[in-house]
Amino acid sequence: MRARVVTWWTILRIALEERLVYRGDFALGTLMRFLPIVTQIFLWWAVFESVGAGNRSGGTVAGYRFEEMVAYYLLTMVSRAFSSMPGLASGVAAQIRTGEIKKYLIQPVDMLGFLLLNRLAHKLAYYSVALLPFALVFYLCRGYFVSGWPDAATLAAYVLCLLLSFLLGFFLEVSIGLIGFWFLEVSSLLFVYMLFNFFLSGHMFPLDMLPAPWKGIVDVLPLKYLAYFPASVFLGKVDRAELIRNLWIEAGWVLFFVVLARVTFHRGVKRYSGFGG
Amino acid sequence: MAIIELRQLAKSFRVYQKSEGLLASVRGLFRRRYREIQAVGGIDLDVEQGEFVAFLGPNGAGKTTTLKLLSGVIYPTGGTAQVMGFVPWRRDNAYRRRFALVIGQKNQLWWDLPAQESFRLHQQIYRIAPDAFQQRLDELTSLLDVGRLLKQPVRELSLGERMRMELIAALLHSPEVLFLDEPTIGLDVVAQRNIQQFLKYYQQQRRITILLTSHYMKDVAALCQRVVIIVQGAIRYDGSLSGILDRFSGHKVVTLQLADDGDANGFARFGQVLEVQPPRVKLRIARKDVTEVLAAILAQHAIEDVAVEDPPLEEVIAKVFSEASLLPARGAAPGPDGPAEQV
Repeated sequence: MRARVVTWWTILRIALEERLVYRGDFALGTLMRFLPIVTQIFLWWAVFESVGAGNRSGGTVAGYRFEEMVAYYLLTMVSRAFSSMPGLASGVAAQIRTGEIKKYLIQPVDMLGFLLLNRLAHKLAYYSVALLPFALVFYLCRGYFVSGWPDAATLAAYVLCLLLSFLLGFFLEVSIGLIGFWFLEVSSLLFVYMLFNFFLSGHMFPLDMLPAPWKGIVDVLPLKYLAYFPASVFLGKVDRAELIRNLWIEAGWVLFFVVLARVTFHRGVKRYSGFGG
Repeated sequence: MAIIELRQLAKSFRVYQKSEGLLASVRGLFRRRYREIQAVGGIDLDVEQGEFVAFLGPNGAGKTTTLKLLSGVIYPTGGTAQVMGFVPWRRDNAYRRRFALVIGQKNQLWWDLPAQESFRLHQQIYRIAPDAFQQRLDELTSLLDVGRLLKQPVRELSLGERMRMELIAALLHSPEVLFLDEPTIGLDVVAQRNIQQFLKYYQQQRRITILLTSHYMKDVAALCQRVVIIVQGAIRYDGSLSGILDRFSGHKVVTLQLADDGDANGFARFGQVLEVQPPRVKLRIARKDVTEVLAAILAQHAIEDVAVEDPPLEEVIAKVFSEASLLPARGAAPGPDGPAEQV
């Protein structure tokens, strides 16, 4: 067990070192993440203005005041900082296609565990760079958080949501990447997934705005845990019973995708014919 | 018991067959025709502990597929294999800690980090004790002369340097069985020789078992006591390198240096004239006739110098490859004319 922990630590440390090699690209990428949100805020500002529910009027659109909407977007950014996995699925598929995956089959190391640690390192490096700009933006926008900080219990639940959303995002994308064992190119599939993700995770708009049948649908899908759910927990829009129920469901989804990824990997390797020399 | 044991090991692939043209591409969207390709066609092979065996064969003969099967990267479609008592494709960690696969021009090291970091990771993955790790690392870096390069990012190393690092990474856990897939491909002559010398020394010191595929006869001649020729997924020859000449080449090349440069003609009656460059004449003479013919030549001509040589190995092997591919593929085949010679 101890040896295993040391191995994990070494993988994590080396992956972290690798991440820090391209410092410039990394810092720039982190900062650019703030750009899309600015356009979204302007868009909603225009929407609120046009229905006469603008900034100071206190009016609401679908139960959201303008300030809450801005706060919601800032919070989905935090959610996505945990749950989004840039390049993961396509990277796995590419490793299958180019034969790089052989490395994991030959060496006594578990590929999924290795990738998870790698991604963890990726995220840690990202947070270390992004922490300052995030803090700055949140400080400047503190006025939009009209109900202030949530209580300690909610905050703890929020952190738990974020950690689960990391695992959910990871195993979901790995499962998609592993489809590469059957279809060498998964980029179109990934595009479709990203599209659904964008709308159904709450990245585009708060999901409770959706009318009846749609709201029921997004509720049973795992995607809402990637952006919407943590944000609404922070905003205090989820009552305690609902929160606990949803946390269990989220944990269930994580487990589902862990098992799915494992089974897919196992089957895929059996099918694998060692492409690329 | 042999350390590597293959029995009727077979692997076939299904390959999509597409006719030329756009229309065929569109048709391929709905109905695909596949062709079964027999990469390895049921081979039997035993390798004893401490042997250094070369796999020779034209591209696509099944050499690499065999190595992949033995490394557990792919599953066979038939037959069995055991390496050190393990079934490779079960990929037991106990097995994976005891062998290594090195593929020329394929990178297993972390591209952006110094090789040292990758080695450190291997130490953990393979659970190598710290003092054993340090001792092996020191030994390997000094043998391969890369001590000064350990701190340099791998992407900034030359191909030859990188290959040496790959070898170190593969040998740190002291594997008992080593599979080398064209380890010297693309390297210059000096780098090739360095790797050869290292492998030769290391194998003799440790008595590990090595299976090597290579297209460079120099690698094979320098390293391997035993050569297995695979063509179209079947073993065509199994024996010593010199045995290939005995079996497949019935000729010697005789070069004569004439004392008087006048009469370079009239040698056709002794054998096939390969080259006439007075005062030198090159003849191809059947092996069994060499002494007789040479005596006749010496009796009739004033000869200053004689050299009797085997034809170049590459030439003979090229002949074996092309002749074998004309034969129908067979299973574990003795050579075309008799049982395989065992070493």
